[in-house]
Amino acid sequence: MAASVVVVGAGLGGLRAAESLRAAGFEGAITVVGDEPSMPYNRPPLSKEALSAGVHVAELEFRRKPSVADVNWQLGSQVISSDLAARTLTLADGTQLAFDGLVIASGIRPRRLPIPGPETGRHVLRTAHDAMNVRNYLTPGRSAVIMGAGFIGCEVAATARGLGSEVHVVALDEQPMIRPLGAELGLGMRSRHLKHGVDFHLGRTVREFLGGDHVTSVLLDDGTELPASVVIEAVGSVCNVEWLQGNGLDLTDGVLVDQGMVVHSEIPIVAVGDVARHPNSLFGNIPRRIEHWNMPTETGRRAGASLAALLRGEQPDQGPFSAMPAFWSDQYAYKLQSFGMPGIATSIQIVDGSADDACIVEYCDDTGLVGVVGVDRTAELAPYRKQLLDR
Amino acid sequence: MVIITVDMEKCQNYGQCCFEADDVFALNGDGQLEYVKEADESRRADIESAADICPMQAITVDKK
Ligand SMILES: Cc1cc2nc3c(=O)[nH]c(=O)nc-3n(C[C@H](O)[C@H](O)[C@H](O)COP(=O)(O)OP(=O)(O)OC[C@H]3O[C@@H](n4cnc5c(N)ncnc54)[C@H](O)[C@@H]3O)c2cc1C
Ligand code: SF4
Repeated sequence: MAASVVVVGAGLGGLRAAESLRAAGFEGAITVVGDEPSMPYNRPPLSKEALSAGVHVAELEFRRKPSVADVNWQLGSQVISSDLAARTLTLADGTQLAFDGLVIASGIRPRRLPIPGPETGRHVLRTAHDAMNVRNYLTPGRSAVIMGAGFIGCEVAATARGLGSEVHVVALDEQPMIRPLGAELGLGMRSRHLKHGVDFHLGRTVREFLGGDHVTSVLLDDGTELPASVVIEAVGSVCNVEWLQGNGLDLTDGVLVDQGMVVHSEIPIVAVGDVARHPNSLFGNIPRRIEHWNMPTETGRRAGASLAALLRGEQPDQGPFSAMPAFWSDQYAYKLQSFGMPGIATSIQIVDGSADDACIVEYCDDTGLVGVVGVDRTAELAPYRKQLLDR
Repeated sequence: MVIITVDMEKCQNYGQCCFEADDVFALNGDGQLEYVKEADESRRADIESAADICPMQAITVDKK
């Protein structure tokens, strides 16, 4: 019988891995198991235009290539454990699923902090379902408290202001988006948010949620009390790897893979997307997870080809993995675009414009340019991207 | 022939498509996307890559 592949996770990474298996000539059965009820859909709009205009999952679904028309989608179904040596998975309903090849595409979920007080009214934003819940609260005059000043927190802040909500952002960081962008551009982004009426509480944490059954206010560590119709928690992520425990894999930060996205040398297993900690030859081959939208496609392409080779009993391509990390963010009418890994820079310089206006920012470490960010200067970033590719 | 359609209502001019197939997609001097509507079959793989990597999923690739 022909080999079969199971993909765990019906997100962008899972879809691209399946498409790439087919492109690499794999003709066996492919089953994609996903715990969400929907076919793979696009998440970035969930903090931006879809959160603003209304969440319609069908409109967010990815177009799927004809090559994956025969894939068996097992949706609304969670994998809870695995025995990789025996090549079996166990689903939440107790059924077992056997595989010859496995794709780990289970992504990440938002981190939750243990904070005392009512649970109702506390929300995260990862799925379409989450976005629908949050959307209901974002109406004029109501107050939204956003925990975390990273990209998702800041995008939600901008969208919520656009919908007329009062918005408070609470974060321990000195500036919004300071880790990926640095202090100066972070400050520039903060001044944009201030102009649009966002209230920042930086260097602060939440001590307690107050209210009866439902959160009505948030108490900060300095004693400030903020009114809250809803709390949106955007304070980092946790990898969905619990189902892989007990198999001797390195799960310290996602799933460790090699340059071919291969997890295991004997059992044909690959990993893709947010959960895959992969080397990148453009940035010293240090394995890192990169939570950018283009990575599920880039890693998925490579992983599908590797897995198809392994299932044919061949050695996967050993060439370096050198996809360019790319990130964009929309906040109000500002368009931010990033290439490379600005977050690893040791020196940052605004080379054109100024941080609170359209600008281009270079990020360097001792090896040279490692990243570039443009605000409203997308079309001018191509030469920087080229320079990064030539590293 | 490969037939390329970009939904300009969806397109946000991120220019990601240009890096995959710069003979088909380009941002003009105003930063707006311009593209050719037909390309040779030999360009299909790159054009499909561009459609895959478009953040707004605005690109459709067909056959003629
Ligand atoms: C609100 C939001 C805004 C974003 N905005 C941007 C942006 O502007 N720019 C950008 O570059 N990136 C952005 N991103 C990041 C980008 O969307 C992610 O990098 C991308 O979705 C990762 O895809 P993935 O396939 O690796 O994981 P996911 O899309 O998370 O897919 C994993 C799937 O696996 C499922 N799953 C997990 N465990 C199991 C299990 N045990 N059994 C079955 N199924 C399981 C999950 O429920 C999920 O459906 C944003 C993300 C979010 C949430
Ligand atoms: S990648 Fe998509 S959004 Fe960006 S310019 Fe091309 S078509 Fe437009």
